[in-house]
Amino acid sequence: MSSVDESPARIISQAEWSKPSVRYGVRSLQLLLLFGLVVFGLGPILWLAKSAITPTNDTITHPVALFPHGFAWSNLHEAWSNVDVARYFWNTIYIAFGSWLTQLVVATTGGYVLSVLRPKYARFIKGLLLATLFVPAIVLLVPLYVEIVRLPIVHHSLINSYWAVWLPAGASAFNVILVTRFFDNLPREIFEAARVDGAGPFMLFWKIVLPMSKPILGVVSVFAVLASWKDFLWPLLVLANPNIQPLSVRLPSIQSQTELGVFLAAMFIACLVPIFGFLVFQRSFLRGPGLGGAVKG
Amino acid sequence: MTRDSEHRLPRRTPLTWVRSGGLSTLLFLLPLLFVFGAFSWYPIVRTVVMSVQHTNLVQPATWVGLKNFKAVVHDPLFPIAVKNTAYFAGLALLFGYPIPLIGAVLMSEVRKRRGIYSALAYLPVVIPPVVAVLLWKTFYDASSTGVFNTILGWVHISPQPWLQSQGTAMPSLVLESTWANAGGTVIIYLAALTSVNTELYEAAAVDGAGILRKIWHITLPQLRGVLLVTMILQIIGTAQVFLEPYLFTSGGPANSTLTVLLLIYNYAFGNSLGGDYGKATALSLMLAVFLALFSWIYLRATRSWSTE
Repeated sequence: MSSVDESPARIISQAEWSKPSVRYGVRSLQLLLLFGLVVFGLGPILWLAKSAITPTNDTITHPVALFPHGFAWSNLHEAWSNVDVARYFWNTIYIAFGSWLTQLVVATTGGYVLSVLRPKYARFIKGLLLATLFVPAIVLLVPLYVEIVRLPIVHHSLINSYWAVWLPAGASAFNVILVTRFFDNLPREIFEAARVDGAGPFMLFWKIVLPMSKPILGVVSVFAVLASWKDFLWPLLVLANPNIQPLSVRLPSIQSQTELGVFLAAMFIACLVPIFGFLVFQRSFLRGPGLGGAVKG
Repeated sequence: MTRDSEHRLPRRTPLTWVRSGGLSTLLFLLPLLFVFGAFSWYPIVRTVVMSVQHTNLVQPATWVGLKNFKAVVHDPLFPIAVKNTAYFAGLALLFGYPIPLIGAVLMSEVRKRRGIYSALAYLPVVIPPVVAVLLWKTFYDASSTGVFNTILGWVHISPQPWLQSQGTAMPSLVLESTWANAGGTVIIYLAALTSVNTELYEAAAVDGAGILRKIWHITLPQLRGVLLVTMILQIIGTAQVFLEPYLFTSGGPANSTLTVLLLIYNYAFGNSLGGDYGKATALSLMLAVFLALFSWIYLRATRSWSTE
């Protein structure tokens, strides 16, 4: 796709590649791989897209057939309006937006302190941040839930408030460390020059550091929105009111009362934003620090 | 250079601290301190406290010592959950470890449009996990007109029970999980493969090594460090599998897919009369300590091998 991808192949030398047996052998293996990727990787998603616009009866009786009795575009419309997918869709967007904002605020301000301002206690804070990377998420689940049910000090419940999702989302040490590392590589001379010109810490942050950090902010944003879109267990626990739940939480609950075709259409709608985002921001996923997706959550 | 002023004014008063930017630094740190303090550091400490308490959110908590841990260990479901989780992790390693590696090596030698391969491999990773599980649940329909059973029918294989039998339920879960997660590992391997020094291949070619010998003697040894890390990350990840057993089978049939995380969830949230948070935190602490010990031993045992 991009020019970066066309770097010369490595294991197989030019001399070996010029042998027909090697060339055709490797090519057919790669074609087999492509076939496997299309059938097993893409196949389920294509099936979902197909079934989203197929009448329920056809999907039940002939699941693999291609539109034996025509289309049912009404599935999409029915899912969007009658099963309230529209509402859950906007809930999901709203939740993702807030989680994105808190993650960005915490990661940039925190990274700014740890990398640029560097007070004496920065090392200590960094240590505490790194430590959280080694604590499995499950350890937080129950105490965090109990905390949300009854906040210490203020004794107020955040259940059914979007803050219960937004605020904990900000506590991502991975983000802070990623942004800190990026800030570390920005040229110090520019900061010094700005200070000499009389820029205070706020000016330096807003006018110099942030504008120079667009690439990393893009990567953090893409992963923040995707992670929020994929989240299930935490919003299930803290957003008890069905009217405010995101799509991923609602889908399992609406399954039993929804016709299969309409339900598959709802699932298809839930995939559109992540797939579209992936196609647009492919480079962030495939070239950036895509390690976030590798750690199964 | 500018430190001269500090020598002349050795006394640090709150005013000098503010003037030297201490206050604005703290202001910038406030979001991080608040969010991590309240939603990361504090709950981590609370887990340890709650594991030795009896709490139900209604009455004040009482100290019960190690009672929660004993209750978990003596729960007949505990050994089942541990065994199932180990089975899931083992199967996931068997399905999901070699395939991404072979795929990535083949992909790294693609000469044209390599991006299509990696995009196709990664696409399932961006699908919301809930959708992935519910979609595969439709595929696993045990009737003869289920998606997979229809395809099996083409090659004259009789319908399989998939999620409805104790023998096939867990492998079905692992299959979906591998589909959903393998792409991430492929991308890591691809990045590692491009960082292998090409001169090594050229030197091997001069020594007369063929393609397979180059893969065996150069590619794999060069990837050693990455391979070891992805393996431990995968084990840590699969040890915490929750979504698949929760949505596919709720732990059934006959507890054959009850995992440790599902048991923690059931302790804390499965009972509508009120959660047993003590037992839940005790078990999550046991899992975390086990994973930490396991990782430590694993990294010690493989250290000489990975940095050789």
